[in-house]
Amino acid sequence: MNSMARVMTALNYKEPDRVPLFLNLTITGAKELEMSIKDYYSNADNVVKGQLLMKNKYSNDMVTSFLYSAAEIEAWGGEVAFYEDGPPNSGEPFIKKIEDIYKMEIPNINNTAGLLKGLEIIKKLKKIVNEDTPIIGAVTAPYSLPVMQMGFGKYLELIYFRKDEFNQLMKINEEFCVAWANAQLKAGATAISYANPLASPSIVERDTYISTGFEVAKRTIARIRGPVATNLASGIALPVIKDLMKTGTKAIAVSAKDDIDEAKRIANKDVAIIGNLNAIDMTNWDRERTRKEVKKLIQKAAKGGGFILSDNHGEIPWQVSEDVLLEIAETVKEYGTYPIKAEV
Amino acid sequence: MVEAINLPIEDFQTALLQIDRIKAAEIFENIYKKKGNFETLEHMTVEALERIGVGWEDDQLSLSQVYMGGVICEELIEKYMPKCGSSYKKKPKIAIAVLQDHHALGKRIVYSVLRAGGYDLIDFGQGLSVEEIVEKTIEAELDILLISTLMLPSALKVKNVVESLRKKGSSVKVVVGGAPFRLDSSMWQKVNADADGKNGTEVKKIIEKLTEGGQ
Repeated sequence: MNSMARVMTALNYKEPDRVPLFLNLTITGAKELEMSIKDYYSNADNVVKGQLLMKNKYSNDMVTSFLYSAAEIEAWGGEVAFYEDGPPNSGEPFIKKIEDIYKMEIPNINNTAGLLKGLEIIKKLKKIVNEDTPIIGAVTAPYSLPVMQMGFGKYLELIYFRKDEFNQLMKINEEFCVAWANAQLKAGATAISYANPLASPSIVERDTYISTGFEVAKRTIARIRGPVATNLASGIALPVIKDLMKTGTKAIAVSAKDDIDEAKRIANKDVAIIGNLNAIDMTNWDRERTRKEVKKLIQKAAKGGGFILSDNHGEIPWQVSEDVLLEIAETVKEYGTYPIKAEV
Repeated sequence: MVEAINLPIEDFQTALLQIDRIKAAEIFENIYKKKGNFETLEHMTVEALERIGVGWEDDQLSLSQVYMGGVICEELIEKYMPKCGSSYKKKPKIAIAVLQDHHALGKRIVYSVLRAGGYDLIDFGQGLSVEEIVEKTIEAELDILLISTLMLPSALKVKNVVESLRKKGSSVKVVVGGAPFRLDSSMWQKVNADADGKNGTEVKKIIEKLTEGGQ
């Protein structure tokens, strides 16, 4: 079974040959190619090479065109700061005054080098993997993007007290998000990862989310012309899984703090569950601990399909060792082959 | 002496969780009129914020509620402190900073909670390099340095801050906080920090402990 068939079978709550593995390997590609993160991202060919290399080396069931969240901020005229041992991060927020929201224009994807690079990566990956491996594109949800656009504190003032400005910002962010997601799908992406950490009750309480970001997600996902998987970037998902299911998402990535059994039960075969190895804690693991964690997760979540094994955050940290990644892949093959054997 | 028995801590906490500035201000004014002393107001504030902090630890409350609650309390304390003829504690000398990135929410929460608890502290800002934090700490002759981080690489860089401070002869106590320290509970020790503050009120307790009961 190739990766595409494996993933599609699992998404339909059937058991494929083995548990599909989504290792969210991004900056690790630079380590594999022995170059700096900045150099790695300077050229689409590096990322294509890195993704293919890591797919084979770690038995990954996907490749991704995701560079870094702050690439979207470049499109809005914001700054990106590069680090030697972590993902590039957004610089100082560029919306200085709340009133500036009315002057903002929707960025043109074709005028943004970082986004064009993302599209180039998808096209090149598509030529090589064709329909054998899912190509995962990515967007930051319109509801979560303002944290980078204006800073969290100021954005919370908007959410709680400035409804008009909130709606205006969502209007332009939605347009951008839909255009960016659809451009990736048109270039050849199989599905879009919709990063929406603010939908997690860890960050915004459910009542507020329902009256603000929930409608934004429903409108946005409805206009994305391909499958969407929602991830809450380590935030807990359980209390909002039913709400997220109503947004049209096809899969939900849950937190290491969520009980994945319970997540699958709530999902009721309507959406697949992705997760939930603790990516930060992973930096401390050795082979033995890795094997234990992966085995435990497979035992809990794999039966009946509807499950993709992954980290809880959406990105494997730079500090995670090659050994740990290899051990994840080996354990998935050894213990994740269907039918799953009950632990004795 | 603080008379905690009849304080409407629960009502005040509810107002904070509902981000109801008006209701919170009304409760404050009523207590001020009845009691007239700052300690009572401070006690109610710290109690409510502590309960909110615990609620967040237990995944019952959101980071946004923790943040907005802290901001509202800080605003009220700033208004009533001079009215009561009270002032911020000048000792120990504390500062707070965000290392490397520009995500300043955690810093603001701790800043608000400490201010609401009567502590004066310096805000060094965000997006600071290791060298900048070290330089500012030495210059300000701090007793306690609070470092907030969001990204894993920034959290790991705390080790460089501590090393550099010690090389320069500083014995400042370093207290860390932020997402990477929450996801890896032993990380604060790995970066040689003196303590890990999981939320604002916990940081306040750590400060009290580090200064042997407060000054």
